[in-house]
Amino acid sequence: MRIKETIYKWIFTIFAFASLLFLVGIVVVLFKEGLPIFKHVKLVAFLFGKSWYPTYEPAEYGILPLIMGSVWVTVGAVLVSVPLGVGSALYLDELASYKQKAILKPIIEILASIPSIVFGFFGMVIVAPLIQRIFKLPVGLCALTASIILGVMAIPTICSLAEDALSYVPRSFREASFALGANRWQTLTKVVVPAAGSGVSTSIILGVSRIVGETMTVLMVSGGAAMIPVSFFQPVRPMTATIAAEMGEAAMGSAHYHALFAIGLILFLVTLVFNIIAELISRRFRIKLGLNR
Amino acid sequence: MKKDNIQNLGFLVLFLCIVITLFFLGTIIFFVVVRGAKVISLSFLFEAPRRAMTEGGVAPAIIGTFYLTLGAIIFALPLGVACAIYLCEYSPKSFVVNIIRMSINNLAGVPSVVFGLFGLAVFVKFFNFGVSILSGSLTLGILVLPSIISASQEALLAVPRSIREASLSLGASSWQTIKKIVIPTALPGILTGVILSIGRIAGETAPIMFTAATFYIKKYPSSIFSEVMVLPYHIYALMTEGTHPDKQTAIAYGCALILLILVLFVSALAIVIRQRQRSYHHA
Repeated sequence: MRIKETIYKWIFTIFAFASLLFLVGIVVVLFKEGLPIFKHVKLVAFLFGKSWYPTYEPAEYGILPLIMGSVWVTVGAVLVSVPLGVGSALYLDELASYKQKAILKPIIEILASIPSIVFGFFGMVIVAPLIQRIFKLPVGLCALTASIILGVMAIPTICSLAEDALSYVPRSFREASFALGANRWQTLTKVVVPAAGSGVSTSIILGVSRIVGETMTVLMVSGGAAMIPVSFFQPVRPMTATIAAEMGEAAMGSAHYHALFAIGLILFLVTLVFNIIAELISRRFRIKLGLNR
Repeated sequence: MKKDNIQNLGFLVLFLCIVITLFFLGTIIFFVVVRGAKVISLSFLFEAPRRAMTEGGVAPAIIGTFYLTLGAIIFALPLGVACAIYLCEYSPKSFVVNIIRMSINNLAGVPSVVFGLFGLAVFVKFFNFGVSILSGSLTLGILVLPSIISASQEALLAVPRSIREASLSLGASSWQTIKKIVIPTALPGILTGVILSIGRIAGETAPIMFTAATFYIKKYPSSIFSEVMVLPYHIYALMTEGTHPDKQTAIAYGCALILLILVLFVSALAIVIRQRQRSYHHA
């Protein structure tokens, strides 16, 4: 009996550490395959170099245009998704009747699972031509199109997580506010939102993290030009799109290959920072509302 | 009166937010359904593509998606559930375990293209599996491992302590308690996590671009070392390669509709299971 127990315990321990091994392996591989690029180019020149010509002779590996591409698209997408996502969450939490919420919340959660390729495809065939016509652009595939599509894509994620945070605000908070003579809007803006503030910001950060790492959509609709953008109407080439577009043709072990892994490493570190911030904020949120478990 | 005017204005804005949100998402589904439905027929579902992708069906891509998803689940499910059982039931509550939990949470947020890079370096090149079903399944499996672990963990944590203690006090060993009490109680929660991951895997494109997918092969996959056509990558390829954009776009609409139905059905199923479970617990 005792031996059997011990064996099971060891089996689970081994399985657990095997899955951890894979997860640690990702970090190791990114560093091992990414760092060799710095034999070809200095860190500063890599991060702040203004030209990305990996296939030219001599090749240039400056990823500033790619970073700026990601930044523009992300900022644009945040402007679309945060107001709409948080606004929808507030509606669901505050105004929707019990029945409406019971229907709308699951629908929004289901919509969060629409694959990114479907969004990219829709952006390419419907939104890009529309943008091109409205703004009289030479091509519709630009930072604006990518921002809109990515923004719409992130709304369900942000809405669903923000609504969770809002629903954790204890009823007593609202009742105390009503008892003091505040109306529903004042209660919402002065009591509920501040109380759920850090939970809502966690949802925003996780949404942004998803936007930064999104690949297929930007690959299809952002236009793909590796230039530092000066307006939303220019085509851009975010970091994720660069990896996806160029990995197929980069020879194994070449400087180009290592450069793409280094971009992957940067993406990994950026999303890691976002997730850690989100985790820290949400931990504080739970303590504040007495939800610590 | 002014106070109420502000309130009405504020509520109107919130109402507009949800209307716009549902309008945007509804439009996408509307276009894909209406235009995709025109293309879908039995031959579209069961035949191979012809004439350089401009005619025929997409059966190989549907089958490829099925194989990759199945492979990823076979790989990730036992590993993920075992890892969760270890973390919840066996591991000592320590600093190290907390670090492990945090890193699993963080890995769930790593961009999928980064998993693709890992799969390329490790499975395709290092283990020399090549661009194949095996490499793609393993890559997708690792991609969903964190979400399966955290969903299972959550389900296990939700099992009330009292029933564990009741089992232990009746003389059951810890493994018997886990097998007979904890896992059956947590099963719906674990299942929800797994089903949601199926939806996610089926729609992922970036991780399989360099590990499993190919634009066009005439044969159906014959072994786990074959390259495959996959629905999401097929949409991408139809839109970016080839010479007949009109015909290809129509086929891409069909693929998008199949993928959408598949993923929405799967995640609706998961959410229904979860909803039921919740009302069961509350009752």
